[in-house]
Amino acid sequence: MEVQQFYYDNKVVKNFLYATMFWGIIGMSVGLLLAFMFLFPNVTDGIAWLSFGRLRPLHTNAVIFAFVGNAIFAGVYYSTQRLLKARMFSDFLSKFNFWGWQLIIVAAAITLPLGYTTSKEYAELEWPIDIAIALVWVAFGVNLIGTMIKRRQRHLYVAIWFYAGTFVTVAVLHIFNSLELPVSALKSYSVYAGVQDALVQWWYGHNAVAFFLTTPFLGLMYYFVPKAANRPVYSYKLSIVHFWSLIFIYIWAGPHHLLYSSLPDWAQNLGVAFSIMLIAPSWGGMINGLLTLRGAWDKVRTDPTLKFMVVAITGYGMATFEGPMLSLKNVNAIAHFSDWIIAHVHVGALAWNGFMTFGMIYWLAPKMFKTKLYSNGLANFHFWIGTLGIILYALPMYVAGFLQALMWKEFNPDGTLVYGNFLETVTEIIPMYWMRAIGGSMYIIGALVMVYNIVLTIKSGVKVEDELAEAAPLTRVSKKRTAGETFHTWLERKPIQLTILATVAILIGGIIQIIPTIMVKSNIPTITSVKPYTPLELEGRDLYIREGCVGCHSQMVRPFRSEVERYGEYAKAGEFVYDHPFLWGSKRTGPDLLRVGGKYSDNWHLNHMYDPQSTSSGSIMPAYQWLVRDKHDRSDVQAKMEAMVSLGVPYSKKDIANANATMAKQAEKIEKNLYADPDFAKNYEEDKKYAAENGEDFVEMRDREIVSLIAYLQRLGTDIKVKETGELISENK
Amino acid sequence: MFKFVKGYMETIDGVATYPMLSLLIFFLFFVVLFLWVITASKEHIKEVSNIPLENDNHNQSKE
Repeated sequence: MEVQQFYYDNKVVKNFLYATMFWGIIGMSVGLLLAFMFLFPNVTDGIAWLSFGRLRPLHTNAVIFAFVGNAIFAGVYYSTQRLLKARMFSDFLSKFNFWGWQLIIVAAAITLPLGYTTSKEYAELEWPIDIAIALVWVAFGVNLIGTMIKRRQRHLYVAIWFYAGTFVTVAVLHIFNSLELPVSALKSYSVYAGVQDALVQWWYGHNAVAFFLTTPFLGLMYYFVPKAANRPVYSYKLSIVHFWSLIFIYIWAGPHHLLYSSLPDWAQNLGVAFSIMLIAPSWGGMINGLLTLRGAWDKVRTDPTLKFMVVAITGYGMATFEGPMLSLKNVNAIAHFSDWIIAHVHVGALAWNGFMTFGMIYWLAPKMFKTKLYSNGLANFHFWIGTLGIILYALPMYVAGFLQALMWKEFNPDGTLVYGNFLETVTEIIPMYWMRAIGGSMYIIGALVMVYNIVLTIKSGVKVEDELAEAAPLTRVSKKRTAGETFHTWLERKPIQLTILATVAILIGGIIQIIPTIMVKSNIPTITSVKPYTPLELEGRDLYIREGCVGCHSQMVRPFRSEVERYGEYAKAGEFVYDHPFLWGSKRTGPDLLRVGGKYSDNWHLNHMYDPQSTSSGSIMPAYQWLVRDKHDRSDVQAKMEAMVSLGVPYSKKDIANANATMAKQAEKIEKNLYADPDFAKNYEEDKKYAAENGEDFVEMRDREIVSLIAYLQRLGTDIKVKETGELISENK
Repeated sequence: MFKFVKGYMETIDGVATYPMLSLLIFFLFFVVLFLWVITASKEHIKEVSNIPLENDNHNQSKE
């Protein structure tokens, strides 16, 4: 038989490996900085671009898309070529994929700290970057499918299906969740509003976890675990069931992020049911991974790669058991908005993604550079300090989450809240935040040791950028040979058909959930007293988005006695119809803000933003002094209102024409309110006088950012509060 | 523009078939899936599961 010679592209794999380590350290370090900001809230005092709200999305994006993303590409580019016995389809696309992805990461690292964000979790990047992501992702997909077509291996191994499934699903998710209407170069509004935006966002958010952090890594598991253990996967049949049931079921489970919210009940319950079902494929996959080591457990004692992978798969098992449990409404009532979720995601990120990546790196580096790992001892040190780091991170966060959630719900016999002041529940868990920061530090030390170990390994090896290989080309499949072939055997040699079927499998769940919520009016009862934001409030809302307030403050009062008692009337779907994007949030490091309007005076808000500890002693909220100092550029307001009109918000032509006048009037009123505080009046007048005497520019209070933000905060939740004595007017009730 | 996001349908005619249809799709999906797996031949499964373990550089396809 004719044997063809060809070269594997190792250079692109190597580049992705370097990028994985580099961005891994960056992403984790930002996380560590954030962990310390819980302990020293003003450690980056006064520097807007280093504030908590702006860095949190940088941390999540860096870890998910930069660290894990590059690890996916490294592993996929390495294993795909070998599983298909072919060089990647196009060197240009490989390079485009690599450099395009790094450019996107750099763009994210610049724009997120500067406050350019859509505020939708893990989809914070603004529209031009969204387009770039789509382009690079398609390049990756074309490269992957092209390689599948020109392969020399007849059958597509299960890892390849996971890669193909990842490609199509992430493309679909990214495109539909990022539908937004641009207002300017780096500002856009989500086309969906309120409840619908929430459903689409968490359909995306949940499946970002499923199809970016899980399916590609399962593909890597199915390749690298058999490789490292030198034996085939425990059950290939199980892996077939695993693949199809996982991608089919996963896509339905998104609404479990919105339990007890204003999402229609049927959608919530559908999400719960499918989340529970997910245990089956997830654990099937975990068991398949672990049992691949049957008869090779002795190797786990000595081989660092296997050690990391065993902990990774165990972490996967733990997180995928916990996930369905958290989707039960009674458990979710406690865990949601608390640090329990932080613990849950970090078991997934640190153990499953992190340790699988580390294991892969320890296996790949010596292999690709034709050498031995520089130090097994250092790798073992990394393993132990990393494992202890995970435990020390996760355990305190579980305790913190549980403790705080129970404190939120604790009642006195007379029916008042025991911990009526939210802050009391925060100060109680500060020791846990300390332990978390220590656990995180240990994990990073381990990662740094790995980088050192790998650098020395690479130095001792030789660079082989194009690795020679040979294999026979595929012959045409004759009719005779396929007689009696089963459907799946046929499918396994048909990459395009396989990809299309996987797409169909993932579209079903999305369509069944999303179409009724978007299309059927009765799902979102309208409330006549709910009106669009005034121009100034709209601008204030954009500041709220820019500063990432949603990272710590929810706007979703759940229908619990404890929450109604603490925050006020529970949230109604109809209240959010003009919210492009929705700002429900997913974590309460601070209290919910849905009903904060009218709760405090304008002066309180100003003082609180300037120095949170002065109004709330012991608060861990950082100061936002630049909001109080800086002039607010509101020149886009008419363009913003017009964009809102295209999205269905009922501003009249007159509203838009008069926007500047309306805005100035409301701002002046707030400035006047602020004068109610003699301290403010005195200080402000002194500042003004000082500026005049020294010939400095002086920004009038009414023109500053804080005024817009106060306007927005004072509006929050008041549309239905106005009618406290009367009944809610709901058209569809 | 984007009215499709806002223009709700007042009703879907025969909405009750919707959950029924969903359940049916779901059920059939798994029936077909398990049929596939059960009917897959042993030799084929063995061959495919060994793909990652073949020597990376000198591959003789077993066709």
